[in-house]
Amino acid sequence: MVGITKRFPGVVANDHVHFEVRRGEIHALLGENGAGKTTLMKILYGFYRPDEGEIYLEGRRVLFRSPRDAIAHGIGMVFQHFMLVPSLTVMENLLLGMDSCPFVLRQDLARKIEDLSRRYGLRVDPGAKVWQLSVGEQQRVEVLKLLFRDARILILDEPTSVLTPLEVRDLFATLRQLAAEGRSIVLITHKLDEVMDLADRITVLRAGRVVGTVERAKATKQDLARMMVGRETFLQADREPVPSGPVVLEVEGLGARNDRGLLALRGVSFEVRAGEIFGISGVAGNGQRELGEVITGLRPATSGRVRLLGQDVTNAPPREIFRRGVSCIPEDRMGMGVAPGLSVVHNLLLKRYNVPPYCRGPLLDFAAVRALADQLIAQFDILVPDRNLPVRHLSGGNLQRLLLAREVHLSPRLIVAFHPTRGLDVAAAEATHRILLEQRKAGTAILLISEDLDEILALSDRIAVMYGGEIVGILPREAADVEEIALMMAGERRPRVAQAVPV
Amino acid sequence: MKSRVLLGPVLSLLLAFLVGAAFLTMAGLNPLRAYAAILEGPFGSWWGISETVVKATPLILTSLAVLLPARMQLWNIGAEGQLHLGAIGATWVALFFPFRERPFGMIPVMIVVGFIAGALWAGIPGVLRAYLNVNEVITTLMLNYVALLWVDYLIYGPWKDPTSLGFPLTPTFPGSARFPAIPGTRIHLGLLLGLSAVLAVSLILERTRWGFEIRVIGDNPSAARYAGMNLARNILLTMVVAGGLAGLAGVGEVAAIQGRLQRGISPGYGYTAILVAWLARLNPWAAVLVSFLLGGLLLGGDSLQIALGVPVSVVYLLQGLIFFFVLGGDALMRLRGVVK
Repeated sequence: MVGITKRFPGVVANDHVHFEVRRGEIHALLGENGAGKTTLMKILYGFYRPDEGEIYLEGRRVLFRSPRDAIAHGIGMVFQHFMLVPSLTVMENLLLGMDSCPFVLRQDLARKIEDLSRRYGLRVDPGAKVWQLSVGEQQRVEVLKLLFRDARILILDEPTSVLTPLEVRDLFATLRQLAAEGRSIVLITHKLDEVMDLADRITVLRAGRVVGTVERAKATKQDLARMMVGRETFLQADREPVPSGPVVLEVEGLGARNDRGLLALRGVSFEVRAGEIFGISGVAGNGQRELGEVITGLRPATSGRVRLLGQDVTNAPPREIFRRGVSCIPEDRMGMGVAPGLSVVHNLLLKRYNVPPYCRGPLLDFAAVRALADQLIAQFDILVPDRNLPVRHLSGGNLQRLLLAREVHLSPRLIVAFHPTRGLDVAAAEATHRILLEQRKAGTAILLISEDLDEILALSDRIAVMYGGEIVGILPREAADVEEIALMMAGERRPRVAQAVPV
Repeated sequence: MKSRVLLGPVLSLLLAFLVGAAFLTMAGLNPLRAYAAILEGPFGSWWGISETVVKATPLILTSLAVLLPARMQLWNIGAEGQLHLGAIGATWVALFFPFRERPFGMIPVMIVVGFIAGALWAGIPGVLRAYLNVNEVITTLMLNYVALLWVDYLIYGPWKDPTSLGFPLTPTFPGSARFPAIPGTRIHLGLLLGLSAVLAVSLILERTRWGFEIRVIGDNPSAARYAGMNLARNILLTMVVAGGLAGLAGVGEVAAIQGRLQRGISPGYGYTAILVAWLARLNPWAAVLVSFLLGGLLLGGDSLQIALGVPVSVVYLLQGLIFFFVLGGDALMRLRGVVK
């Protein structure tokens, strides 16, 4: 793939990407969420068409109009969300989309499936309905589907995120065997351990660009972590020293489960002081999201305590935590932060509709609401032609300004910010940083959760690194060293904890 | 902007009548004469117009019972059953309430009891959805059949009029349990209830905290949860109020139109209400207008039957076609956005 560029409204998902896979190799495509890995592979699979760039297969240029063309050229992809029909059997699912054989000989077919599954260790009952299968088995069906079509290039998007460790081992064995037969495998992932375990070569993507392609034998986990999360030069932000104040947030031995019921937080403890930005860094999926959600009341804690200004708020409802001065800038701005179909005014009101002066008894006071909206729109430079416009039409930067305006104008005691600049252009990112630093100066405690190490280093007073649901180290900014952080992110544990210095 | 919102429903109405004409021709009828008969019935005379209003009354109330939950993405298919529960509640008051003789003393009680009965009936799927995440489409639909059978049980069994010569009817309500009506017509108190309910629902949606919650939940449940709204309580509350409104429709049908509980108090108002709500784009005031239109269509079916000897099912065919084109049009609009 040469010079591939793909733009979506407001983002460049792939920026002149060059990517190659050799016959018989396992090639890992590594990068943070949103780095453009999946987009690149969906282009190879014919799911998207690139805006620029060319694809060559064994030296010949190919143009894929749809996945059907890609399949015909021996390319197959297993999506993160499986594309199986739950009410059909395994065999019927394998037949879907195969138009070469109008008449189906069941025995032959069953034998062929059995052959394939025995040869590659993909145990599955061809007669079972897909909805009866575990996710691990469903994934085996997806892989079988590719082999059934005799795919020469197999793309797997985050295949291990749904598997148990034992299933991961089996899958890897299968993939190694397939590669040994001369098939090529592309593994999309952000897990460093898997890459080191399985890949022959590794291409790292960051913000839509290729950072580099390296041989596994010549790479270390720290190298890869550093390539994933940031350049080595610090992004500079205008940061004045602010004396840190009393402890605002205190987290002690916190445990919580993720959406799949697995333990995602294992005894996390730290504290954040007024006027301090406490950065939490780490590779995606190491418990950062769950941590933020527990603190804001969106996810129950299974153990441990959360204290706010000395008061226990563990497992308090979100509204109660908000009322006590905790604002939150969510990770998924459009999906969680706003109601996209409602107006700018309504969305600015989202968290305050039930407090005076915006309501009188059960009624809303629209004069007060409009005054609030106009004031925030002016104060935070939200560019909207009409305050009654549905926020669905806002650009990423404006949407973030709207969220910041809503969350910040109340002078909160604590702001929990998830990836506050992800997907934003430089100007919008700078505006966001400026607002956060102003809040810091005003004495707000800020918990900054970000996968962007540059951002963490530019803003934070102290930096915690999470790995496997634990904080493996807390470093003061002055002592923070990219090498060391990369090492910690990779799970090479070196516990170091720095306390905030009370003034 | 406004005119484009109207375009969809009007176009689907036209298309439905066009395709309907093809069916009528196939059945050997002159579609123009048939449509003339359909229009003649409801809009051709003062009596016809008043009867259109009579049919529109339960449609207004039941369509509110559909559109209020639909605003938060809850699909209440059970307005028909909730209507029947309201009728049962009102009948219970009319037949067994102690102060039978006080003039008008019973009517407020019937209204309240009918509302509560419908509300409780809708509360069952409400609880199941709010706390166990059971799909409300299935439960509300199923409970319709239960409600109808319950009416059957009462009119064949314990509440049967001993003087009815074996017909499945309850005794006639006393005069104090009959809704007042405009003299010379059958337009009754229920219309006033319906219009007040429309006013109340539109005020709730536009002006209250609760309405704000309903709209946020309908637009993005995750944002609602993140803003600290209680989804389960809202689901339950909305279903209960919706059921109550449909219950009021049932009160009107027994207390004004029939004067007793019997079979066939509703020719499927609760189902037509779904169509009304969709054609009205879930806007309460638009639902009033659409209720008159579809009420007229129901009445037109009767006059078609009399004038041309054509079965009423033609009207249900038309209703089905309208629904088909409304939903189809919506789907096409969405597709256009995606494909582009």
